[in-house]
Amino acid sequence: MVIWDWEFAIKVLPDLFKAMRVTVAATFAGFGLALVIGLILALGRRASFKPLSLLSRGIIEFIRSTPLLIQLFFIFYALPLATGISLSAFQAGALGLGLHYGTYLSEVYRAGIDAIPRGQWEAATALNFSRLHTWTRIILPQAIPPIIPVMGNYLIAMFKETPLLSTITVVEMLQTAKIIGSEWYRYLEPFTIVGALFLLLSYPASVLVRRLELRLNQR
Amino acid sequence: MSVSQMSAALQTDAFAEQPIVRYRKVSKSFGDLQVIKEIDLNIAPGEKVAVIGPSGSGKTTLVRMLMTLERPSGGTIEVDGEMLWHKRVNGKLVPADEKHLQRVRCKIGMVFQQFNLFPHMNVLRNVTEAPVHVLGLSRAEAEERAREMLTKVGLADKLDAYPAKLSGGQQQRVAIARALVMRPKVMLFDEVTSALDPELVGEVLTVIKEIAAEGDMTMMLVTHEMDFAREVADRVIFIDNGEIMEQGPPWAIFGHPRHPRTRAFLSRFRKK
Amino acid sequence: MFELLPALLRGLGVTVQLTVLGSILGFILAFLTGLARLSRYSPVRFIAACYVEVFRGSSLLVQLFWMFYALPFFGIRLPGLAVGVLALGMNFGAYGSEIVRSSILAIPQGQTEAAIALNFTPFQRLWRIILPQAWLIMIPSFGNLLIELLKGTSLVSLITLTDLAFQGALLRETTGRTIEIYSLLLIIYFILAFFITLSMRWLERLAAVGRS
Repeated sequence: MVIWDWEFAIKVLPDLFKAMRVTVAATFAGFGLALVIGLILALGRRASFKPLSLLSRGIIEFIRSTPLLIQLFFIFYALPLATGISLSAFQAGALGLGLHYGTYLSEVYRAGIDAIPRGQWEAATALNFSRLHTWTRIILPQAIPPIIPVMGNYLIAMFKETPLLSTITVVEMLQTAKIIGSEWYRYLEPFTIVGALFLLLSYPASVLVRRLELRLNQR
Repeated sequence: MSVSQMSAALQTDAFAEQPIVRYRKVSKSFGDLQVIKEIDLNIAPGEKVAVIGPSGSGKTTLVRMLMTLERPSGGTIEVDGEMLWHKRVNGKLVPADEKHLQRVRCKIGMVFQQFNLFPHMNVLRNVTEAPVHVLGLSRAEAEERAREMLTKVGLADKLDAYPAKLSGGQQQRVAIARALVMRPKVMLFDEVTSALDPELVGEVLTVIKEIAAEGDMTMMLVTHEMDFAREVADRVIFIDNGEIMEQGPPWAIFGHPRHPRTRAFLSRFRKK
Repeated sequence: MFELLPALLRGLGVTVQLTVLGSILGFILAFLTGLARLSRYSPVRFIAACYVEVFRGSSLLVQLFWMFYALPFFGIRLPGLAVGVLALGMNFGAYGSEIVRSSILAIPQGQTEAAIALNFTPFQRLWRIILPQAWLIMIPSFGNLLIELLKGTSLVSLITLTDLAFQGALLRETTGRTIEIYSLLLIIYFILAFFITLSMRWLERLAAVGRS
């Protein structure tokens, strides 16, 4: 019994590579959104206006503890019915990833902001900087560099969750593998290749993040 | 000079009986750094040996090797006539396995600078855990022994307290009881007061002095408390740079240090 | 809206079953692997590291599909529930092993030394002294991981298991009440996750007795 068919594997490789572009595009689109949403939620949580901070906290808790899969279904199938705004599968997928990981990143931002010594805030007040100036020139430039490795880890984690977009008809790597599989009735090669490609991309990335972390810690 | 000091002075060079601890050409290196250099040292049963010296001199490493926490790079250590780190198989010395270490190790107890009490157990459990699970005593027997020891160190009323609720001095006294309850033949005290607030040092030293006064326990005390060393020890060893520079009865070492390094080291304490 | 609940909750059993069985398998693997990664023997460390990197490095959904669609090519045909438990458990175990490893490493060296000085065997040192302390550090991280596992169970609906997410999709096809169904589903998962959070807090209090 020949289990692994190299010829077939090589034949399907180009299609999978092509689909990888969609996977990578979804990852970066989702992460871009997550960076913005995360910051908004983190600032919302710090707000001195109690209802706003409670609301931010509630949103973070709720999104974090419910499955991305259902959230994607909600955005793709239910949102258009509720609001009349209809998103493409890719847009819905990126939004879902962005929201879900935005809640994780909000915690990362929070940790970074909390690590800024009080003295920095006091100095900014003493120099009579505006709120905006304090945040954009004093606080965030100090808060963000130390949290970059953690964000890198979330980028990798998000990358590994992009196959979920296949469930809302985004034709990324896993969906492509599934289509190939059902066409030829051979699932072993396409699924193994997809798994290997994820590993091949995410493992070196995580090693890179670990190095970055070590270098930051040494400083 | 007391009788025991006198006899210790006589014993320093010529042992009347078989030593209970014997270091033979023991060395220890960490990487390129040699912290112990071919030390020979015999300790008689019941003898109280204070080890003094500047920090980084190797004195802690010396006792840690006896507790099997540090493996010597060279030489042999014997405890009560038995090799500690080696076994003799067909006349050849081979590294000891865990089983062998365990058998010899039961003759030694140790109290640490940082107490190292088990934070997840109350005082009584801290003291009974090893008797029950290492010696195989019944819980009742172990508790009886533990109570006795904790009474001795003045903590009979703290049986249910957890370490986090005790002062440093109390924690260290529990640690002493925890080691004593195993009835070791040799007790090692590694700078046991260095991590304590000054006002708590006294209570711990008092307990150790009481144990020393009972006589039969062999003790090795690494310490920075010179007055304590003078009072408790039969013999004082001054270590510097991994070598024994000078040793002798306390009156000699503290009263008439011969080696210039000993004098330099001790003068720092006089100034205080 | 709430008349949809009984039909949806038909999937609750499968979701809970997968969470419980997956976490049991995951805990066992996490402890074995976490300890293996601290082993003295480098081949043991290497094998453990390979397992961890493969499962952390690829995607849970891909692993699930692989076990469901590709394993049969090796002649291994597992029922859907077994595939779900295996994939979730192995994934959980890989992430969990890092929690176990780092928590053990976080226990001060002095604890091991004190245990050696009291002549505990290597196993007793681990079991009586180190693990009970490391456990306290592990609980919050394991709680988060357990919620990730619960969320992950929703993926089994894609390999035909009839869990909450599957019942949701089924109900949507028959009733078309998309908004209500997905809102309800999200709320049910949230309540389950909240229950996990509460249990973990309770466990933590239990484990922290005497320590402040």
